[in-house]
Amino acid sequence: MSRVMSLAEAVQSTIKDGDTVAMEGFTHLIPHAAGHEIIRQGKKHLTLLRMTPDLIYDQMIGMGCADKLIFSWGGNPGVGSLHRLRDAVEKGWPNKLEIVEHSHAAMANAYAAGAAGLPFTVFRGYIGTDLPKVNPAIKFIDCPYTGERLATVPAHRPDVAVIHALRADKEGNVLLEGILGVQKEAVLAAKKSIVTVEEIVDDFGPRNLNAVIIPSWALGAIAVVPGGAFPSYAQGYYKRFNAFYKQWDGIARERDTFLAWMKENVLNKTPEDFARHVEGLRTAAE
Amino acid sequence: MNYKPNEMMTIAAARALRNSDVTFVGIGMPSAAANLARLTHAPDITLIYESGTLATKPTVLPLSIGDGELCETALTTVSVPEMFRYWLQGGRITVGFLGGAQIDKYANLNTTVVGPYDKPKVRLPGGGGAPEIATSCGEIFIIMAQGKRSFVEKLDFVTSLGYGEGGDHRERLGVKTKGPTKLVTDLCVFEPDPVTKEMTVTSIHPGVTREQIQDATGWTVKYADEVAETPAPTEKELTVLRELHARTARAHGEAA
Repeated sequence: MSRVMSLAEAVQSTIKDGDTVAMEGFTHLIPHAAGHEIIRQGKKHLTLLRMTPDLIYDQMIGMGCADKLIFSWGGNPGVGSLHRLRDAVEKGWPNKLEIVEHSHAAMANAYAAGAAGLPFTVFRGYIGTDLPKVNPAIKFIDCPYTGERLATVPAHRPDVAVIHALRADKEGNVLLEGILGVQKEAVLAAKKSIVTVEEIVDDFGPRNLNAVIIPSWALGAIAVVPGGAFPSYAQGYYKRFNAFYKQWDGIARERDTFLAWMKENVLNKTPEDFARHVEGLRTAAE
Repeated sequence: MNYKPNEMMTIAAARALRNSDVTFVGIGMPSAAANLARLTHAPDITLIYESGTLATKPTVLPLSIGDGELCETALTTVSVPEMFRYWLQGGRITVGFLGGAQIDKYANLNTTVVGPYDKPKVRLPGGGGAPEIATSCGEIFIIMAQGKRSFVEKLDFVTSLGYGEGGDHRERLGVKTKGPTKLVTDLCVFEPDPVTKEMTVTSIHPGVTREQIQDATGWTVKYADEVAETPAPTEKELTVLRELHARTARAHGEAA
């Protein structure tokens, strides 16, 4: 059953050093504020799991939170490389980062299998690629009905899933709209979860009968963090701050500019600062 | 009208798309080409982005695969597992649009790593949707600027399958889709040889020489018996493409 608490308390009580943590969001609703809190609390030796590690994972990797990354596409979407991820993989800074590499289809299927309580997933994938040579978790089986050779990967069962949703109601159910990514699957696959939301409302009111709602009894901690997805976006609340994704390329390129930015904008800040970041973006979304 | 090689490349790729296509679109040049097709000769084309947006009609090009614009202008938006399981793997996409850091003469692509995997010279973003797009879409169009460092004899890593080692290798791997039927560059258009499946030049962009094409290719380039000249961009194509890019720059600039 979900429980509302501060983001600091949610991270402190839910995530342990060494955990496998999935912070999902497919461009939309990326839990940036939660990532900053994990950095401020100095969590270490995490295995970070995510289809599209982008800026927030670049920041967490650069600040030394992670020992391992399981992923399928690691870049700054539409801009280029993640320089902190590359520095960790290519030069071992600030620590060596082990990588386990998949395709999107495999990752999406692995979350769905985790949510379904299955040990592995089967799909038509990885044909003719070198990925199975570098990731021993990728195996192949013959279909017992047709004989077709099919790919399998183990289900994702993260210790903790962290997502950002639009709103929660007083009962602690949360609602998502727009691009949904694999957030619902990640939460249902995980042992524990943290959901940051834009706001808590008395009830969801009139809504689409097929709205994507994750019920209170399937959730862990809920923390109210307006603007918590910034510079990503929250459908109907504020737009994606595309300019920052471009700026990040320059900030993250060198270790010293990166560290100075992290000190000023993460270590010396609080989750409340996210509301201020999106003030100017709110009207643009209306 | 004067035009740049990149514009010729985008326009030549757009022309390959048909009004009836259901297209899996990647960010960057594929997205520009697919939307140009929609705004010119293929108004009913269905554009699908892997973030889950079905039949989207963005007025500006998205910076990322999941910009709000894609969702707001889509017929509907599905979850990412559904996108990969039902729509891509289910065989409902006619054309997949891919690019890459490296390509070989059998149109296999590398978007993973330059140099050895464990000690990479350059760590690239990785496969994303490409490994399964390459084998599940009816056919594949590839769009890539041509150069010796990207058009290589041997890939450092095969991220997505083209024709493997050529000939019937794709069929021997059990793949039933066609594979890369067009490779559009800033210099020319390649299509696979019917038997060997080696990518072969079938059309050269105006003003480009065979020497230029060879100088930008890491293998000995083969030409079809009859090589056409790619029709130059029309005024309409150029105007629509430039307006699209201008709208996009304004939209992303304003967000700053």
